[in-house]
Amino acid sequence: MSNITVRYFAWMREHTGADMETVALPTDVTSVGELVPHLVAMSDGHALALKNMQAVRVAVNRAYGDLDTAVNVGDEVAFFPPVTGG
Amino acid sequence: MGVRVQTEDFDVGAESRALQADSVGAITLFVGTVRGLSSDNGVTAMTLEHYPGMTEQELERIEAEARDRWPLENVTIIHRVGRLEAGDQIVLVAVASAHRQASFDAANFIMDFLKTDAPFWKAEERGGTKSWVDARQSDTDARDRWTS
Repeated sequence: MSNITVRYFAWMREHTGADMETVALPTDVTSVGELVPHLVAMSDGHALALKNMQAVRVAVNRAYGDLDTAVNVGDEVAFFPPVTGG
Repeated sequence: MGVRVQTEDFDVGAESRALQADSVGAITLFVGTVRGLSSDNGVTAMTLEHYPGMTEQELERIEAEARDRWPLENVTIIHRVGRLEAGDQIVLVAVASAHRQASFDAANFIMDFLKTDAPFWKAEERGGTKSWVDARQSDTDARDRWTS
């Protein structure tokens, strides 16, 4: 098995059409930044959701990270807009 | 006590009484509510979404940071999710300490970090349209004053 779980929230989820998906981790991908182009290629909705990575926050295994954060097989990688609770 | 993410409403009085202890001389309660139609934004309802697992973890981390800074006795953080209507309670931060300053400051600190770090998202309904709320720079500024 060489999969990761990718999750999307709020308006990003509406663009991708899925809140969670299982993705085979490409062998050349070691970081979130390297993963993004592979996700963008999945559909127009994914491309739209991930169009402006400056406006997107990233978590790996439920801890905040950034484009340099390492991604390994079995990880949960989440993309979401800046938070608006409270 | 502790951190809860739930769809149900909460009872502020009961939550306050639950924090009482011999060592407690001050309880600060913050309740966030849904502003209604008559306010400037014309919101009739909102839906709150969150990242289960990460949300609780972030709220626990924020509580731990507050406990590192101030001598706190008991803390409760409750945040509701799902669909809420004008006037509904959204969030409770309740902090008990021996003296008032610690509970005032810690409640303020917890809310500032909750606003910018806890993974919740609000979608507002105005009439029949739904729109995602944008994050505000003023919330980031409010958090950053604690670290400057």
